[in-house]
Amino acid sequence: MTDPAIDVHDIVKRFGDRIAVNHVTMRVETGEIAGFLGPNGSGKTTTMRVICGLLTPDEGHGTVLGHDLKNAARIKREIGYMTQRFSLYEDLTIEENLQFVAGLYGLTPAKDHVRDTLAALGLSGRRHQLAGMLSGGWKQRLALASCVMHRPRLLLLDEPTAGVDPQARREFWQEIHALAADGLTVLVSTHYMDEAERCHRINYISYGTLVVSGTVEEVIEKAGLTTWVIEGGDIPRAEALLEDAPAVDQVAAFGLKLHVVGRDPVALEQAVRSAAAAGGSQAAPAETSLEDAFIRFIGTDTSAPSDGGRS
Amino acid sequence: MTLRLSLSRLAALLRKETIQMKRDRVTFAMMLGIPLMLLVMFGFAINTDPKHLPAALVAPGQDRYTRAIVTALEMTGYYHFTHPNVTAPEADALMARGAVSFIVTIPSDFGARVEREDEPRILIEADATDPSVASGAVSTLSTVASQALLHERHAEAQAEAAQRGQLQVIVHRRYNPEGITQYNIVPGLLGVILQMTMVMMTSIALTREMERGTMENLLAMPATPLEIMLGKVLPFFGVGAVQVLVVLVAAKGLFDVPFVGSLPLLLWGVLLFVLALVLLGYTISTFARTQMQAMQLTFFFFLPSMLLSGFMFPYRGMPSWAQGIGEALPLTHFLRLVRAVMLKGAGLADVSTPLFAMGAFVLVFALIALIRFRRTLD
Repeated sequence: MTDPAIDVHDIVKRFGDRIAVNHVTMRVETGEIAGFLGPNGSGKTTTMRVICGLLTPDEGHGTVLGHDLKNAARIKREIGYMTQRFSLYEDLTIEENLQFVAGLYGLTPAKDHVRDTLAALGLSGRRHQLAGMLSGGWKQRLALASCVMHRPRLLLLDEPTAGVDPQARREFWQEIHALAADGLTVLVSTHYMDEAERCHRINYISYGTLVVSGTVEEVIEKAGLTTWVIEGGDIPRAEALLEDAPAVDQVAAFGLKLHVVGRDPVALEQAVRSAAAAGGSQAAPAETSLEDAFIRFIGTDTSAPSDGGRS
Repeated sequence: MTLRLSLSRLAALLRKETIQMKRDRVTFAMMLGIPLMLLVMFGFAINTDPKHLPAALVAPGQDRYTRAIVTALEMTGYYHFTHPNVTAPEADALMARGAVSFIVTIPSDFGARVEREDEPRILIEADATDPSVASGAVSTLSTVASQALLHERHAEAQAEAAQRGQLQVIVHRRYNPEGITQYNIVPGLLGVILQMTMVMMTSIALTREMERGTMENLLAMPATPLEIMLGKVLPFFGVGAVQVLVVLVAAKGLFDVPFVGSLPLLLWGVLLFVLALVLLGYTISTFARTQMQAMQLTFFFFLPSMLLSGFMFPYRGMPSWAQGIGEALPLTHFLRLVRAVMLKGAGLADVSTPLFAMGAFVLVFALIALIRFRRTLD
C-alpha cells in the first residue's frame, strides 16, 4: 500500500478563545473516498482548510500527499479544493473562469485544457455565459471541473451538494467515483446520509473532536445500538410510552413505522415489547442505520455548541 | 518565497482583473466621472479671489470727489455698486440680509475736508462672516482711494510728482501675475483626482474577494501574495494614465494653465505618486474585512489629505502640528511637485525633496501591504 494521502496528527486550531478543531488525528488512504461528517459548526470546514494550507494549525503536525503541512505552497499545487460557497467569479464567463484557473496553475496550452474541460462538462455552447447566471447544479459542476482541471492528487470537497437537486447530486457522485477510480483521493464533507454511505470510509467530527472513523459498518457497530421497528396498532400510544422509557435513546416515526433505538439490547427489547403490547402493535428487530449512529454520537457529547468553524 | 513571481500567473491575474474592471460599469464610469466632475466644480465654480461683489453706497454729498472714489473702487473689479444711493439704515438692512457685501460711506463733509486737506475720511464696512470674501477687496483699498483723490485734485503730472516722494511698495505676483485661482487649483486637482480613485478602488480590491467568497478559492490556488498584489494594482496604472491625460488636456485647453516645466519630470512624479497611492489602498484592503470598512478607512484618510495637504487651504497658514500631519500625506508632496513643475518650471534638483518623500511612501506602503497580506485565512 502506498503512503496515505492525508496523515495528520493532533491538529488544534483556535480562533481567539474558541477551539474550532481539538486534537484531530485523521488518516485518508490514497485512492479512497473519505466522508467527513458532523453537525454544523463542528469544525469540518476548519479541518479542511488546515489540510489544504489555508489555515495554519496552532498545534499538530502531519503530511498531505507526502508534503509536510508547513509546506503549504507545495500542497496547494497538488490538491483541488472546492469551497462550500461558489467561489468562482460570477462576473466572468464560464470560459474566462476556466482560463483564469488554467493560468494560475500554469497549464499549457491553457486553451486546450479549457476547451477539453468545457467539452467534458457539456458547456461548450454556453461558454460565453456569465458564471453567475448558471443554476446551482451547473455552478457546482463548473466548480468541480475547475478544481480538477490541473489533475490534483487529492480533492477536498466542502459540502459540495448542499442545495442541489437529487438528480444532480447523483450525477455528481458518479463523477466523484469515476475520478476516484482513476486514483484520485477525495475527502468530502456532507450532511446527507446517502452520500456518507457512498464513501469508502467516514470520519465523524463533533465540536472539534473526531468522534469516530471507519467504514459505514464499523461506525454503526461502534455506536453499539440495537434497533427495533414497531408497526400497526396504536402507534402514537406506543411512541408516548417509549419516549420516557430509560432504555430508549431515540424514538422516531418514519411514516407508519416507529423506529426505536437503544444501547442496552435486553432492556430495550423489554420496553419495546411492552409498549407494542399496550397499543396492539407488532415489534420486530431491525438494522441500525448510520443516521441512528450519528444521532447517538451527537448525544454523547455534552460540550457547549459553538458557532462554527467558518472564519 | 513571498516574492516569487511567475509571469504567466501574473498575466492570468491581470487579465481577470481587467475583465472584471471593464464589466463593473458603475465603477468604471466613476473612475472617469469623478475627474470630470471635480474638474468642472473646482475649475469653473470655485474662486478664492471673488470679484464684482455687491456694494451699497451711502453718500449724501454726491459731489465730484465721491464720484471719483466710486469710479476708482469699481475700477478695481472687486466692487459693484448695486445700491448706489441709500441711507445708512437701509444699507445696514441690506447687509444684514446678505444683499451686499460692502457698505461704502462717504460723509457729507467729505468734499469740503478734501479741499481743506483736513484728514478726509471714508468708511468701508465689509461683511466678514466669510473672511476670504472681504480680504482681496479690502487689501486694495487705501492706495486706490488716495490715488483717486490725488488724480481728482491735481493734474496727472502733479500727481506723479506727488507720488515720487512717497515710499512705494512694489508687489510682483510671480508665476501667476493675475492671481487666477485655477492656476493653483487645476494642477492640485491632478493629485486629488488620482488620490480619490486610486486609493478607493484598490482599497476595495481584496475585500471584494473576501466578501464574495472568492478569496478562499484564490488562496487555495498557487498564486503568491506579490502576484495577487500586482494583479490588483497594475490595472489602475492604466486608469491613472487616462486621468492624467484628461486633467492635463483640460488644464491646457479649458483653463489655460501655463505649463512651463518638464513633462517627463512631472510624469515621473505622477508615477511615484500613483504607486504610493495604490499601495496605500492595498494596505487598507488588508486591514478591512468588508468593502464598507475599506470605504470608511479610505475616507478617514481623505479628509486630512484634502484639508491639510495645501490643496484647499495654504499649507504655511497651518500651525506646526497640522503641518506635521500634512508632511505625512503623499498628496502634500505631490502638490508641491506638480505646482513647482507646471507653474514654476522647476527642475529635477528643485523637486528632489518631494520625489524622495514619495519614494519613501512607496517603500513603506509596499512593505506593510506585503506583511499584512494574509496568504492564509487565519
